[in-house]
Amino acid sequence: MLALIRPDSWNFPLFLHVFGAFLLVGTVTAGVVAELASARSVDGGRLRQVAFRSFLFGALPAYVVMRIGAEWMHSKEFGSSGTDPTWVGIGYGIADFGGIALLVALILSGFAARRSKPGLGRAAGILAAITLAAWLVAIWAMGAKPT
Amino acid sequence: MTFDSWLLALHLLSAAALVGAVTVFWVMILALRNASTPSQVLAFRPLMRVGGVVVIIGSLGTIVFGLWLAITLDAYHPWDGWVIAAIVLWAIGSETGRRSDPEYAKAFAKAKELEAAGETDANAELRALCRPRRGMLLHATASLAIFLVLVDMIWKPGA
Repeated sequence: MLALIRPDSWNFPLFLHVFGAFLLVGTVTAGVVAELASARSVDGGRLRQVAFRSFLFGALPAYVVMRIGAEWMHSKEFGSSGTDPTWVGIGYGIADFGGIALLVALILSGFAARRSKPGLGRAAGILAAITLAAWLVAIWAMGAKPT
Repeated sequence: MTFDSWLLALHLLSAAALVGAVTVFWVMILALRNASTPSQVLAFRPLMRVGGVVVIIGSLGTIVFGLWLAITLDAYHPWDGWVIAAIVLWAIGSETGRRSDPEYAKAFAKAKELEAAGETDANAELRALCRPRRGMLLHATASLAIFLVLVDMIWKPGA
């Protein structure tokens, strides 16, 4: 029940968009938990490695898939019409902010894992957690479609 | 915003939680494969805990809000083929996922036991418990079932 009746040609781009977004939520959640738990763990270095890999090999590709699906879906649903509905604007705004924040979190996480710096790991975890919260707002907006 | 759009938003958020939790478990499962000491295994306990809470929220939310939508929306009914298929796949995913949990809990229990006994070195039994074939198979089945629910929700065959 992800959306009401729509043309069949919209299904695959929508699937890419939704699946990418859901994987993004999962991989970023894993990264956040690992980064924040690493500060209190005896084996914090291992957790920071896991967080970095989750961001790099999970979240980053998932973000790309989500954005490709979003652009494809947008071109089908709205074409070249000038103005987007509010909920599309919310989605794009959060996705753009989230992409930059994810990249910064990924870089911080990489330094934290490589140079064994728990403070950088915590910063990456907090930034990714804020980004995750924003993405959940975007998912709400995609469903509720506020005007 | 209508009540139905709120239901759809909550259904979507629950689905994100469910797929997200399955993904968190995959991260933990893959990370555990390289663990062999009690401290290495216990480091991943927060992933297990968070995944466990999120999967319950996601599972219950998807079925409750999904059925609610099928009842309130005129276009769909709970007895539509694609809705029944989703419920069956959801049940398979939930049950196989629930059964995979104890398989990994054994590794955490053993690690805790070894830690309490003062053991800090690599342990062959613990290493084997971190790679349960049955647990992996059950989680893979759960993941496939949830993936197929998503495909079913998008394409809505027969709708």
